[in-house]
Amino acid sequence: MKFDNLSLDLLNTISNLTEIPDGAANIRVDGQAVVRSSSANVTITPREDGQGFILEVKPGTIGETVHVPVLITQTGLQETVANTFIIGENSDIIIIAGCGIHNPSHSDSRHDGVHEFIVKPGARLKYIEKHYGQGQGKGKRIMNPTTKINLQSGASAEMEMTQIKGVDDTVRLTTAHIEDKASLKIVERLMTDGEQAAESDVQLNIVGRGGSGQILSRSVARDKSIQVFRAALVGRVECTGHVECDSIIMDNARISSIPELVAEDSEAVLTHEAAIGKIAGEQLIKLMSLGLTEQEAIDVILDGFLR
Amino acid sequence: MLKLENLCMTVNGDNGQGREIIRGLNLEFEKGKIYAITGPNGGGKTSIAKLVMGIFKPNSGHIYLNDEEITNLSISDRAHRGITYAFQQPPRFKGLTIEDMIKIARPGIDQLALRGAMRDVGLCPEDYLVRDVGPGLSGGEMKRVEIAQVLARNAKVTIFDEPEAGVDLWTIQKLIGILYNKFKDNPESITIIITHNENILRICDEIMVIQNGLVQARGTREEIWHLIKDDVECKMKEQCGELLTYEI
Ligand SMILES: Nc1ncnc2c1ncn2[C@@H]1O[C@H](COP(=O)(O)OP(=O)(O)O)[C@@H](O)[C@H]1O
Ligand SMILES: [Mg+2]
Repeated sequence: MKFDNLSLDLLNTISNLTEIPDGAANIRVDGQAVVRSSSANVTITPREDGQGFILEVKPGTIGETVHVPVLITQTGLQETVANTFIIGENSDIIIIAGCGIHNPSHSDSRHDGVHEFIVKPGARLKYIEKHYGQGQGKGKRIMNPTTKINLQSGASAEMEMTQIKGVDDTVRLTTAHIEDKASLKIVERLMTDGEQAAESDVQLNIVGRGGSGQILSRSVARDKSIQVFRAALVGRVECTGHVECDSIIMDNARISSIPELVAEDSEAVLTHEAAIGKIAGEQLIKLMSLGLTEQEAIDVILDGFLR
Repeated sequence: MLKLENLCMTVNGDNGQGREIIRGLNLEFEKGKIYAITGPNGGGKTSIAKLVMGIFKPNSGHIYLNDEEITNLSISDRAHRGITYAFQQPPRFKGLTIEDMIKIARPGIDQLALRGAMRDVGLCPEDYLVRDVGPGLSGGEMKRVEIAQVLARNAKVTIFDEPEAGVDLWTIQKLIGILYNKFKDNPESITIIITHNENILRICDEIMVIQNGLVQARGTREEIWHLIKDDVECKMKEQCGELLTYEI
């Protein structure tokens, strides 16, 4: 398999890959799995309808990294894909996903992905996902990811989801079911500009004793873009949970940040912090006094904030 | 030479009327010297520093650096002319590390110099290099990061604003040594330290007492020490009565 330069650029942006990775991988380009390889411990098999795969990690697999990026370069392509990830008992694994759309035309390109994670007892998962769009045409670049997470007894997962540039329209739905002593940390980074709209809806249900959930969101809204962020934590039993939503608002953007805490047990400890504000004048002045121009100072502050 | 000429600055007072906080200030700072600016809170010390850095604009008057008028230059332009200012209360940045900040202060700085600048202010690089300059640092740690940045710049005009505030005694003592070694009799640099710390005053060539937006006294430590002492004693007596004797 050889990629054209455009695909390679996209691939590099969303997953830092410069070539086809070793080990288990699934690379989907314009609706087709162009690379699909399994390793001794990680098997990737197609779904029956062909629209997605089932990835299975053998119990006790330690230290493997699996790449599952999606690229769309064909104009106006609209697709729906469902993938299932089963992470075996006591394994420790990194999954790097991501979606890059290049759409130079005037018709919309859209990727709707449903990712379901089943993290078995004692397993650890790190999941990294980057969304990115490019192209000059009027056609929108749309991504609607749905993520379902099932963390079983003592499992832990850290999910980093980033959408920095070029996605015109997104609705992200994330739900999690957290069992006893399992812990989940969701880190979201979002930047919108122009007329983009982004909506993210995260709900963590902590159903097992000693479970913990964290949602950390940082976002920047510029120009006339709109962001809506809902983060709900439900504690059914003795557990801990924390939501932190921090946003920088600029220009004529609009941000709503709606945290919700629901405790159904007196031993549930749930907290939230939410803040929306512009870049502080003192921060700009400080960086300018170190020799940066105002625009350079803004860029440095935003890059750091979304890192 | 850095020269402030007839500077006046008015701010919006609490009552909505203008309040003059710098009132016809004339000051000259020469290369090769360390100056202290001291005086009561609210006297105008920080405002002077901000006027020099370009953060505040005067309502009238002029500022010159080596005969070039810089009164209307932007903050960045003054930074490029070699002026640097360590804030009294440095702002925090989420997501930027101490390493990032020092690299911004001194683009292209090598790892050795970077770590050296951190050690100078008592920040062990192993523990602090990748710490965020965010809400996780204490006030004293923020001050040390601020001073490290400014030291790393190697500027022509370096202004410190109460570098001792919130910093532990050990670090202050070390810092005084570093200021002394770096700036004392350094023919290339003008150093201005806004301070209330007696040990810092000791290394300064000249002390300026600023009060009500004006220079109240100016001289060597020996020349003006009695003024400060008398003034403080007098205020203490006014406020606390004769019983209290205060040794400074
Ligand atoms: N931006 C500002 N707006 C209004 N008043 C200010 C501003 N900056 C300083 N002041 C006032 O000016 C006076 C001098 O302040 P400052 O220069 O910070 O004093 P110092 O550093 O000597 O303690 C104070 O009364 C202070 O309240
Ligand atoms: Mg001050």
